[in-house]
Amino acid sequence: MLQQAFNGLVGGAFYALLALGLAVIFGMLNVVNFAHGACYMLGAFGAFVLLDSFGVNFWVALGLVPVVLGLAGVVVERLFIRRLTPLDPLYNFLFTFGLALILQDLVKRQYGVQSQPYPRPSQLTGSINLGLFEYPAYQVFVLVTSLVLCGGVWLVLTRTRVGMIVRAATERPELTRALGIDVARWVTPVFGFGIALAGFAGVLAAPMRAVNPLMGADLIITVFAVVVIGGLGSVFGSVTAGFLIGLVSALGNYYAPALSQTLVFILMAVVLLWRPAGLFGRPEEVL
Amino acid sequence: MLKVDRLSAWYGEARALREVSIQIDEGEIVTLVGRNGAGKTTLLRCLMGLHGGSYGNSYGKTSGTVSFLDADITRLGPHRRARRGLGYVPDDRGVYATLSVEENLLLPPAVGPDPWPMERVYETFPLLRERRRFPGTRLSGGEQQMLALARVLRTGARLLLCDEPTEGLSPLIVQQIGDILREVKSAGVTVLLIEQNVHFAATVADRHYLLAEGRIVESMDNEEVRAREHELLEYLGI
Repeated sequence: MLQQAFNGLVGGAFYALLALGLAVIFGMLNVVNFAHGACYMLGAFGAFVLLDSFGVNFWVALGLVPVVLGLAGVVVERLFIRRLTPLDPLYNFLFTFGLALILQDLVKRQYGVQSQPYPRPSQLTGSINLGLFEYPAYQVFVLVTSLVLCGGVWLVLTRTRVGMIVRAATERPELTRALGIDVARWVTPVFGFGIALAGFAGVLAAPMRAVNPLMGADLIITVFAVVVIGGLGSVFGSVTAGFLIGLVSALGNYYAPALSQTLVFILMAVVLLWRPAGLFGRPEEVL
Repeated sequence: MLKVDRLSAWYGEARALREVSIQIDEGEIVTLVGRNGAGKTTLLRCLMGLHGGSYGNSYGKTSGTVSFLDADITRLGPHRRARRGLGYVPDDRGVYATLSVEENLLLPPAVGPDPWPMERVYETFPLLRERRRFPGTRLSGGEQQMLALARVLRTGARLLLCDEPTEGLSPLIVQQIGDILREVKSAGVTVLLIEQNVHFAATVADRHYLLAEGRIVESMDNEEVRAREHELLEYLGI
């Protein structure tokens, strides 16, 4: 039972990292990034290709892949998303959705649909005694890293001037410009950062999840449910809901395996009935 | 200080402002009076660069020119205008819920040659010091209005654009806002104020523009406003 809960938290670590990126992107750009799952998949494939073709190890990949993906995100934002933003929001939905399909199929064409092997880094192959049970060291590493990263982002958002600007621009973009802040200048780095987080989660996933072109698509549907449960655009809500959903689906898997796929969506429906803006969301203001 | 020349604005096909020309000199307090829908808020939004252009929504168009401190600012985006010394107090006060009172005050960058130190802000608005850790929207309506004013005053803005700061507030708070406006005027700050309360307007302002259906129809001084107070109130439907 406790071990199941721990599995859930580890799974939740991925939801949290992905939901965090989606939430900051949605907050700042008002864009639902359907390509987020594809970025996660590219993160895992990036690590795989680096190791397979260039012999670059996990730790270097963990630093390098998110940076490269983040920069690619910056280019995509500048070239496409920025130009589509003044139009109907549907254009950006379609764009990111199309981009996800293209990325997925490009990878599929190159590597097929079968899963690629990725070994655990040698430092983290054993297991750790957590008192009540033994647990794989790598999974512990994933959980701790995710918690530290989410906590770090939380500190930046709540304690720094950059975080203050992001919060202000998320809440009232137009007013924030009228108060002398160049919101457009912050949009690009925030988008790049969200993408980098997805890439980071992808690299983390490579040694413990199946590395295949559909890994992101499988995960992202749950992540959307996580973001909705946490409250659209709420960073704190997304992270909390990420771990919560991880826990719920792992326990569901254990006690009611038949239900486990739908459990997340039942939970989403219940939360939305109870709090239509999500657990930590604020109701949309009437204009 | 501010010169608006034949400014027109559209919402799609509907014209909200028709060739508005006004001028405000340094150190003046000028009010914009007019019925609901006359175009007062649109005029302020145009001055702030929030209507049309690459900002705002795509169907808002403008024509005409706006110059501030002898520079043409017609093509500048909102944040550039703010950095030149325009301080905006929106009609809904624009207090951020996700920022504390102190963060609300610190958000806009200092712009003028003479920004206020926080100490001076808190001396002028002691209530804000007490509540500085509160989320912005936990304040009462009057306190939020004070916060919105204090926020732009702190930056050292040279011209305040205030969209009906007294709306819906108690007479006591309206009086306090009047005191603050007179105080900042004596410090050399210029104010363009939307105001429906013509009695209050005549006590704080130097001049008044009457806006009707997107046009400036009259320019009045205080004596004229006092003499015609009843007529104006009736016209404004108050």
